[in-house]
Amino acid sequence: MISIKSLQKVFQSSSGNVQAVDDVSLDIEKGEIFGVIGYSGAGKSTFIRLLNRLEDPTSGEIVIDDNDISKLRGKGLRKARQEIGMIYQHFNLLWSRTVKENIGFPLEIANVPKQEREQRVNELVDLVGLSGRENAYPSQLSGGQKQRVGIARALANKPKVLLCDEATSALDPETTDSILDLLTDINKKLGLTIILITHEMHVIRKISNRVAVMEEGRVVEQGDVLDVFRNPQQKVTKRFVEQVMGDRDQDDSLQEILTHYDSGHILKLHFVGEKTNQAVISEVAKQYDISINILQGKITQTQKGAYGTLVVHLTGEESVIQEAIQYISATSVKVEVNPDAS
Amino acid sequence: MLRSLFPNVKMADLMEATKETIYMTGVSVLGTFIFGIALGLLLYLTAKDGLWANKILNFIVATVVNVFRAIPFIILILLLFPFTEFLIGTIRGPNAALPALIIGASPFYGRMVEIALKEVDKGVIEAAKGMGAKTSTIIFKVLLPESMPALISGITVTAIALISYTAMAGVIGAGGLGDLAYLKGFQRWDFDVVLVSTILIVLIVFLFQFLGDYVSNKLDKR
Repeated sequence: MISIKSLQKVFQSSSGNVQAVDDVSLDIEKGEIFGVIGYSGAGKSTFIRLLNRLEDPTSGEIVIDDNDISKLRGKGLRKARQEIGMIYQHFNLLWSRTVKENIGFPLEIANVPKQEREQRVNELVDLVGLSGRENAYPSQLSGGQKQRVGIARALANKPKVLLCDEATSALDPETTDSILDLLTDINKKLGLTIILITHEMHVIRKISNRVAVMEEGRVVEQGDVLDVFRNPQQKVTKRFVEQVMGDRDQDDSLQEILTHYDSGHILKLHFVGEKTNQAVISEVAKQYDISINILQGKITQTQKGAYGTLVVHLTGEESVIQEAIQYISATSVKVEVNPDAS
Repeated sequence: MLRSLFPNVKMADLMEATKETIYMTGVSVLGTFIFGIALGLLLYLTAKDGLWANKILNFIVATVVNVFRAIPFIILILLLFPFTEFLIGTIRGPNAALPALIIGASPFYGRMVEIALKEVDKGVIEAAKGMGAKTSTIIFKVLLPESMPALISGITVTAIALISYTAMAGVIGAGGLGDLAYLKGFQRWDFDVVLVSTILIVLIVFLFQFLGDYVSNKLDKR
């Protein structure tokens, strides 16, 4: 649905040229939540601003639904922008307007008649959960509420795509989660394509289907969120995964664990995109007469299911343990018996 | 009692002069508000990275503004006599003072408008652009409403400067309280008239300051 080809952006300044976006090509499917992650200065902000032409590309192509955004000018560009919603880190609301008037602003720009505008604004106020606050001014709202206004405003003209520019970076963790839930909800309810940029892997993990990792203006790695979590290729990606999964070096402590248990078996269970077998531990405990001791684990939820590892210690009769291992191996959970610390 | 304190003050003259001062100030404030905002917008929009970034136009406007700001008001009135006569048909009376008042105050207010517009959050302008807004929409629905409290504070300061300009204009025949104080007071050595005129001017200044502060506060929802 969105096809980006060899996108380049060079900023020219007296102190030399800066290549902010360097040969980026991406294809984004209709209805997916696509995350772009990178540290500050990686070019992700410039990248997302190119998509609605707040920055003009130096070269390359951005095609949204067969419409080449990079070639538009004047009225055509304004029309195209009305079909692209955007939310911002600092919300960018007009303080002189109430919640209702802020949400209605893009409708005024699109010359929607007053009555229709009111109706649409009321729908949106409900959608983002701001009923009762519609006549408040932005200064009377909390950060999370302000971003809800921002989201409602971005959705006013029923856009094809929603761009999120660090939309949760100015919010506390709890509010971040509620805003991410709202975005997931909107994505499901309206089938809206969402492109978001962030420096927090938590955000990617929680709502994205696919992710691209940017470094020095280039996309260095991209793929399904689960694949990237399971098998990060680049150093920068590994660092992002560690933000959520903890440091892989902590597995060193497994060696220590192993030396403490000389009887029974240690199992390392790998959950990858697990949705159906989340009760596997309790099932085993119920069906087999063995005791299960959880030693170490880190499981996280993504849009494609659970991901992580669990280290357990099984004790009991050898034959029963073997049966239990057979049972677990038959599910989609991968089992490593008596794993090496490495 | 008042009669004995201010023996030379004629009520009718006082009323007439006060009306003239308020008239000159009111009309010139309105004119300055419109022309000043136009100048301020032009300065802001043509500046580097502005919506109509244009080095040459910006230079021309800035130069005109600076030149007119540099001319002392009393000289500006004299300089504008031919223009005033052409426009109004006379060089005497309150109406004849208006061109000079507006031309004298607009560049001053224009600079204040420019400062007020620079304070508008860049992110909000960008958001409007991202929604597909035209430049005219950005001007009338974002820039002006978002800077309105500062625009009102600025016009209040300008209005007070304009009141003192009207007194100066009065001295060379524009009427109003300045005229009264100079011709009927100073020239006849009737200092009670000068004193009463002064008190009235101060009251008018306070009135404008109060109104300006009130409106500015009412509009500010930050």
